[in-house]
Amino acid sequence: MLTKRIIPCLDVKDNRVVKGINFLNLRDAGDPVELGARYSDEGADELVFLDITATIRSRKTIVEMVEKVAEKVFIPFTVGGGISSAEEIRLLLRSGADKCSINTAAVRNPSLISQAAEQFGSQCVVLAVDARRAVDSTSRWHVCVNAGSVPTDLDAVDWAVRAQQLGAGEILLTSMDADGTKAGYDVELTRAVAEAVDIPVIASGGAGTLESIFEVIDKGKADAVLAASIFHYGTYSIRQVKDFLAQRKVPVRPLS
Amino acid sequence: MLVIIDYGVGNVRSVINAFRYIGSDIQVSCEPQEIRRSEGLILPGVGASGYAMQKLAPLAEVIRQEAQAGKPLLGICVGYQLLFEESYEMGTHRCLGLIAGKVVPIPKTLGLTIPHMGWNYVEIPAGMALLEDMRPGRYFAFAHSFYAEISDSAARVAKTHYGLDLPAAVQKNNIFGCQFHPEKSAADGLKFLKNFAAYCRKGRCPC
Repeated sequence: MLTKRIIPCLDVKDNRVVKGINFLNLRDAGDPVELGARYSDEGADELVFLDITATIRSRKTIVEMVEKVAEKVFIPFTVGGGISSAEEIRLLLRSGADKCSINTAAVRNPSLISQAAEQFGSQCVVLAVDARRAVDSTSRWHVCVNAGSVPTDLDAVDWAVRAQQLGAGEILLTSMDADGTKAGYDVELTRAVAEAVDIPVIASGGAGTLESIFEVIDKGKADAVLAASIFHYGTYSIRQVKDFLAQRKVPVRPLS
Repeated sequence: MLVIIDYGVGNVRSVINAFRYIGSDIQVSCEPQEIRRSEGLILPGVGASGYAMQKLAPLAEVIRQEAQAGKPLLGICVGYQLLFEESYEMGTHRCLGLIAGKVVPIPKTLGLTIPHMGWNYVEIPAGMALLEDMRPGRYFAFAHSFYAEISDSAARVAKTHYGLDLPAAVQKNNIFGCQFHPEKSAADGLKFLKNFAAYCRKGRCPC
């Protein structure tokens, strides 16, 4: 049976993982390569690296980081943050990334999705959607761009459906309302998108308790869950998350 | 020396990295001479199989000859799909024809998310050289929307379940293939590649 994936997210700035790290026995806890390897050893199913500076200069650093990660980490990993062309995607995939996530650039130029899917295959094109609940409606969400700071008129569910038609292979769905709050994922948003598309949906934003992770898989129909703080700050280990889910009969990859 | 066949499709970097990590002597090449001289061949690939086969065409004959002469060959993901006779991904494409079977889409009618993406349990039958020491089964990482329907009576098949029983790995004598990505399947994936490297050296698996 296909297992539900647990995915730590590493925000990277100047070749350092930002956000606090609570791991002991790491020579350099801010090193993306070492931290990625550590999460892989602990049973993470995939990793996501986000270039949070995303400038032309940082892009070169990210490529070097991807090369190093790919030498030491043998689980699938996605790279995102400011990717705006098929050429950048080619470079990151060539350097060893398995998938690239695109966000703002895809909203501005949706053909980037189809272009990338045709050239590299849908399986490596992840559409990142940052969604914020509409003020006038409880079950509509607007897509936000520029790291979630700029709202658009685009409806998040419609956009996910369109992206699938254009060839996206996966949706990385972040609730901007829940992100950073640890109050739990936006289950309703996740479910709305997961039921509208046939491609996998990764739920992101708001991971706080083990119960909230179970809920977004069970009720939200997420195929995978992404979390940052709870892992970086050591609130829960990946093993604890997997044990909890396994007790609730969610299929997870056991740790060997 | 093992050779990873570079035919310009997708990223071979992760496959090279994995073999280097386990200490294999490996190089990347698209030269027929080097392909002939190698102890074993790895055929990687991502993306669409029709496009991949088109790119592989100039090397198809030498690969077929070497494999039929007994050289170990390992196809990974799309490289695995090319081992069969035909693929129906974006049209109909003739492939290497080393194992009887055809590559077809995972049916949408199953109501499952497609691609089949993530870690799935693979049931391992007896008699598969690269997986023998991992019986009765292990988890491997998948990312695909097409799968092989294998009709070759000489092929042994390890299966995974995703709405239906999908072949996850195949062995026909010296010809091996896996739909999953061993280079992305953590310790068990590396073990699988190690077993292939050992098979190439000694003609058998150490397990």
